[in-house]
Amino acid sequence: MVIFKLAFRNLVGGGLRTWLNALVLSFSFVLIIFTQGLYRGMDERVSRTMIEAEYGGGQYWQEHYDPYDPLTLQDAHAPIPEYLQDLISEERALPVLVLQGTMYPEGRITPVLIKGIDPGQKILNFPSEALRNQEEELPALIGSRMAKSTGLEIGDYVTIRWRDANGTFDARDAMIVHIMKTTVQSIDNNQIWVPIQTLQGLTDMPGEATLVVLARDEEAGKSLSGWDFKDHDFLLSDIKYMVQSKSIGATIFYFILLLLAMLAIFDTQILSIFRRRKEIGTLIALGMTRSRVIRLFTLEGALHGILAVLVGAVYGAPILIYFATKGWAIGQSFDSYGFALGEKLLPTYTAGLVLVTTLIVLIVTTIVSYLPTRKIGKLEPTEALRSLT
Amino acid sequence: MDNNFLITTKDLTKIYTMGHEKITALDNVDLNFKRAEFAGLVGPSGSGKTTLLNIVGSLDVPTSGTVEVLGKNVEHLTHKQAAELRNQHMGFIFQTFNLLPVYSVFENVEFPLLLLGMPAHERKKAVMDALEWVGLADRSKSRPAQLSGGQSQRVAIARAVVKKPELILADEPTANLDAENSHHILQTMEKLNRELNTTFLFSTHDEKVIQYLRRKITLFDGRVAKDELIQPEKSKEN
Repeated sequence: MVIFKLAFRNLVGGGLRTWLNALVLSFSFVLIIFTQGLYRGMDERVSRTMIEAEYGGGQYWQEHYDPYDPLTLQDAHAPIPEYLQDLISEERALPVLVLQGTMYPEGRITPVLIKGIDPGQKILNFPSEALRNQEEELPALIGSRMAKSTGLEIGDYVTIRWRDANGTFDARDAMIVHIMKTTVQSIDNNQIWVPIQTLQGLTDMPGEATLVVLARDEEAGKSLSGWDFKDHDFLLSDIKYMVQSKSIGATIFYFILLLLAMLAIFDTQILSIFRRRKEIGTLIALGMTRSRVIRLFTLEGALHGILAVLVGAVYGAPILIYFATKGWAIGQSFDSYGFALGEKLLPTYTAGLVLVTTLIVLIVTTIVSYLPTRKIGKLEPTEALRSLT
Repeated sequence: MDNNFLITTKDLTKIYTMGHEKITALDNVDLNFKRAEFAGLVGPSGSGKTTLLNIVGSLDVPTSGTVEVLGKNVEHLTHKQAAELRNQHMGFIFQTFNLLPVYSVFENVEFPLLLLGMPAHERKKAVMDALEWVGLADRSKSRPAQLSGGQSQRVAIARAVVKKPELILADEPTANLDAENSHHILQTMEKLNRELNTTFLFSTHDEKVIQYLRRKITLFDGRVAKDELIQPEKSKEN
């Protein structure tokens, strides 16, 4: 207690130097929490949006289906297994048929994924009901990005071509009945959605699908011959990796900031030990052991960390709360990143994040504060008492 | 060694090495000090006064010879044992007062008691008693920066005596004080020596201090040149 009291007094007695150190350190502290909260928020939002709009509670993929290899699509369809068929009839799963095709908007050739979906589905947050009760033979919906890149509008007809189950080319004019606005690019770019039963009929693939999406609360994982189950960890791995890579970039940035703050504290400690040699000698003469004096100076340095946390809380908490409630407007710029972010990003700050960051700051500050104090162990008390300061 | 002595040095030698040069600060010093002595080490600069005081205070160790303080051989003490010896049995008074600037007068005097782990209510009484002795009870809340040199040294004396140590080591305690303050301080220390039987060992070349000593040990080139007892009457006359 006596060490803490003396350390606190010395810290406060440091005046402007103490406050500047604490302020610089608090910038790192607040920035780490802010940035990490931002990436957590990004991860959570993107994951949630993609689960709602595309992945559901996981997907069964026909064994040949590889979304990164268009050449596999021709063979990536099979009759839906009975187990999944039962789930579909109970509206606990949703079949999707995926074909590689070509579209000719305004006479231009555009490669496209033709996806068949049940217009009555309620599993995904997807405006498939726009495909219902249409008089057209082949109603189609596309996303706003697709509409922009092809110049298509509602009511436009566009020729789409595909190869059916026998490998024969076939084509139809589809009418654009709806243009959806979505943040999920992987259901928008280069894709055209049509009713699954119509597509199955046109391609001679009745009762077949490429993948089956499970409802979000559906227990999954049953092994099915010819079908592979893909859970969220797999489906969201690209997103997680992208968020993680961005987070690493930010980590390097705030590591540099933390390093600068630590440099300031290290210098302060060195200067403090040099300027207060006489005080060190006096403390030893009064009966303090060297290790206790080392603890005192280390604690003084470490208290910068606690002060930084308090200072950071004073100005950081309102800022963090503001962004957590109002969100951070990110405009259209992030759309090109491929993230399903929308126009606002809501950072997620958890008690764990704050606690871990606080611990990191305190531990690093304590280590940096301790390093210069090792000099005290070598300082002769008689020399210390002889010094002018 | 004789247990009646508070301090005993035998063949005490201290040699400092500075570069290639060896400087003998103390050369075979044999001295004994009884309890309640009011003694001073005098001599010119470089005669070894402060070195002897530091070794007795277990802040330094001899190169050879033995030093027994309060029954403990200083040369064999670990850092921790030396700190305990200083903490429990010794008080220090420095030329430049060496008060902790961030503490108040009360807290400065209280500090050695905190290290001793004394309970709060006992501590408060002991601190106020010590401040009464040195006549600074009314300045207990002041900071060292608000005190004069004389007042600061009186706080340092209070800090040294507050735990009622057997031995107080004072290194040039009046060097930074004017004559009036010096006499005041010395009278205070003499009073404490009489009332509490505290042993005082000074290092000084100040004539004002020498007038108050009851034993004067003159050091020259690290050796004891003269060791004389001074009549109490002489001390009183001054």
